[in-house]
Amino acid sequence: MNLLGIEHLERSEIEAILERSKHFQPLAGQSFQRFDTLRGMMVVNLFFEASTRTRTSFEIAAKRLGAEALSITASGSSVSKGESLVDTLNTLGAMRPQAIVMRHAASGAPHFLARHLPIPIINAGDGTHEHPTQALLDARTILDQRPSLEGLRVAIIGDIAHSRVARSNVHLLSKFGAQTVLCGPASLLPRELGQLASGVTLTNSIREAIEDADVIMMLRVQLERQHEVPMSAGEYFQFFGLRLEHLALAKPHAMVMHPGPINRGRELSSEVADSQRSVILNQVENGIAVRMAVLERVLA
Amino acid sequence: MNSLVIRNGRVLDPATGFDGVRDISILDGIFAESAPDGTPEFDARGLIVAPGFIDMHVHLREPGMEHAETIDSGARAAAAGGFTTICCMPNTSPVNDSATVTSYIVSRAKQSAIVNVLPIGAITKGSAGEELAAIGSMKKAGIVAISDDGRPVMNSRVMRRAMEFARALDLPVIDHCEDLNLSAGGDMHEGMMSTRLGLRGIPSSSEDVMVARDIILAETTGARYHVAHISTRHAVAMVAFAKSRGLRVTAETTPHHFVLHDKELHDYDSNYKMKPPLRCEADVDAVIEGVVSGAIDAIATDHAPHAGNDKMQEFERCPFGITGLETAIGLSLEALVHTGKISLMRLVELFTTGPARVLGLSCGTLTNGSPADVTIFDPERSWIYDVNQSQSKSRNSPFNQKLFRGGPKATIVSGRVVWAA
Repeated sequence: MNLLGIEHLERSEIEAILERSKHFQPLAGQSFQRFDTLRGMMVVNLFFEASTRTRTSFEIAAKRLGAEALSITASGSSVSKGESLVDTLNTLGAMRPQAIVMRHAASGAPHFLARHLPIPIINAGDGTHEHPTQALLDARTILDQRPSLEGLRVAIIGDIAHSRVARSNVHLLSKFGAQTVLCGPASLLPRELGQLASGVTLTNSIREAIEDADVIMMLRVQLERQHEVPMSAGEYFQFFGLRLEHLALAKPHAMVMHPGPINRGRELSSEVADSQRSVILNQVENGIAVRMAVLERVLA
Repeated sequence: MNSLVIRNGRVLDPATGFDGVRDISILDGIFAESAPDGTPEFDARGLIVAPGFIDMHVHLREPGMEHAETIDSGARAAAAGGFTTICCMPNTSPVNDSATVTSYIVSRAKQSAIVNVLPIGAITKGSAGEELAAIGSMKKAGIVAISDDGRPVMNSRVMRRAMEFARALDLPVIDHCEDLNLSAGGDMHEGMMSTRLGLRGIPSSSEDVMVARDIILAETTGARYHVAHISTRHAVAMVAFAKSRGLRVTAETTPHHFVLHDKELHDYDSNYKMKPPLRCEADVDAVIEGVVSGAIDAIATDHAPHAGNDKMQEFERCPFGITGLETAIGLSLEALVHTGKISLMRLVELFTTGPARVLGLSCGTLTNGSPADVTIFDPERSWIYDVNQSQSKSRNSPFNQKLFRGGPKATIVSGRVVWAA
């Protein structure tokens, strides 16, 4: 079994993962509890793109389930010697890991490998396509404070065009009947996104997006994926940066989320990042619990 | 030698409009009134007998990339697809931008090709878009058109000069219409599917603006101008408009552009990656409508072989292009004839007199006295395309294991049966 994206994942499957992840949350505990569900198994984290939180999170999740975890980054591997992706994966496959967690800059790279390799593949982010475990941990974080996703108004603001987080979240939220408002500068908000799933609307105005929102998800401007001269940082922050004054437009207990890494003063102000509304660190914590549930589901 | 009588077939000859059962006689490689008793016979009962099909847009990869295709293997794939004449694009290594390279291709074709191979020369040196190639000497060496296929001439002034030259030499200018600034980095058609898949888009407008520019330049210069692999609704409309104004503007489309949509890309299969990209439904419908109305003059395959390892990569790293020679007749029958959109006669026209007129070739007819190139096909026969049995050296076709209704039966070049099913 693979986990390649949210789009083709059944709602019941998502519910099962979210429910199971509650079991792994540390709650008030000092750390994540240890389990031995995956004892004797090996999970390889293969990261072709820089990542701190996702890679560490998967590594801790595997270890907390009793599996061995090995992390490989592309720069330190044979990829830099010109080996093709298929050959790299075949080589790793011959070392018999039980699953490969993969991040890659090319959209569809894990789908391509899943067609050619027998090992389960977990997508830890592919290009500008999907980042399924991020959407799952975001849903977990919202559900820690809300009884259900249905009817919630979720504003996703920033560089939507290049965001795999936005795509995965749109698919997930739509499956559960939430309303999603996507907001960003016109060049980073393709009109087609309005038809990505049901319940999605688009706006270029941050005020319109935040009005009555239950959840505000801020996204980083992914300069590394833009191939043209970007809007200046000052201009961007003026029109699309989240500041304290905006929060008054949202619902009284609206949550502010961000998949990280955050750029203070670029897409949100420091005051917002550190405010009571921010659940950014809860997201990080839930990342481990959700990834434990995912690994268990794929492997156990 | 090379004499044959093709008996009892339904003969379709768009040049004369003849449609009926009759015998075709070939004497010493030439269509003749009759052949002496004892001449070998080919029984074509229940089959269509047509002038030899012309594919005016193929990539043979020789010289330079012989691991993907050679003139020999490409010609065999052409024969297996029912083509008797193919025109090869100049993006080889080195680029066909001089009489030397043209002569090399012509002589290699003479030695090894089982079908007629007509080279197309580059517009600019190295197809770099800056300095005009040696167009006149290439014409003397045998080119039938000029094109910087795959690397369109972005500089409008250079394109204008090329058209002026080409007009004086009476050569058509074929353009792969793509504004490289609009399409930069794109991997598939820009639209709902590219947004969903997170792949960068090649907008229809990148084709439209170049077709518009070229038509304006064609009017300014009076050149014969041909749009390669037309794929968008606006481009089709502009070609129809240019024709209505009496300009010498023509267009071809490929089977994959009227058979497939961009939704085929859902699983990131690089066998659906080509340029122009598979477009949306509205564009595909307009291309079919252009074939029906006559805005589009020819069907060409843009046969683009790539070695297996080149397509075994991340989607965005895979090269553009698919093979197409062996599946063209089957796909065209399926999408155009069996759906009732065009007649068999029109289909034959799109593969014979259509491209012949674009290029100014004398072939594509069954007229007595001309070289006896014949395509015999069966519009009904069921067959399955197995890419591993392909005559091409490459395997990059999205139609592997597809069940076809109708396909080629025999290919005759100068009276010789070079392929038969």
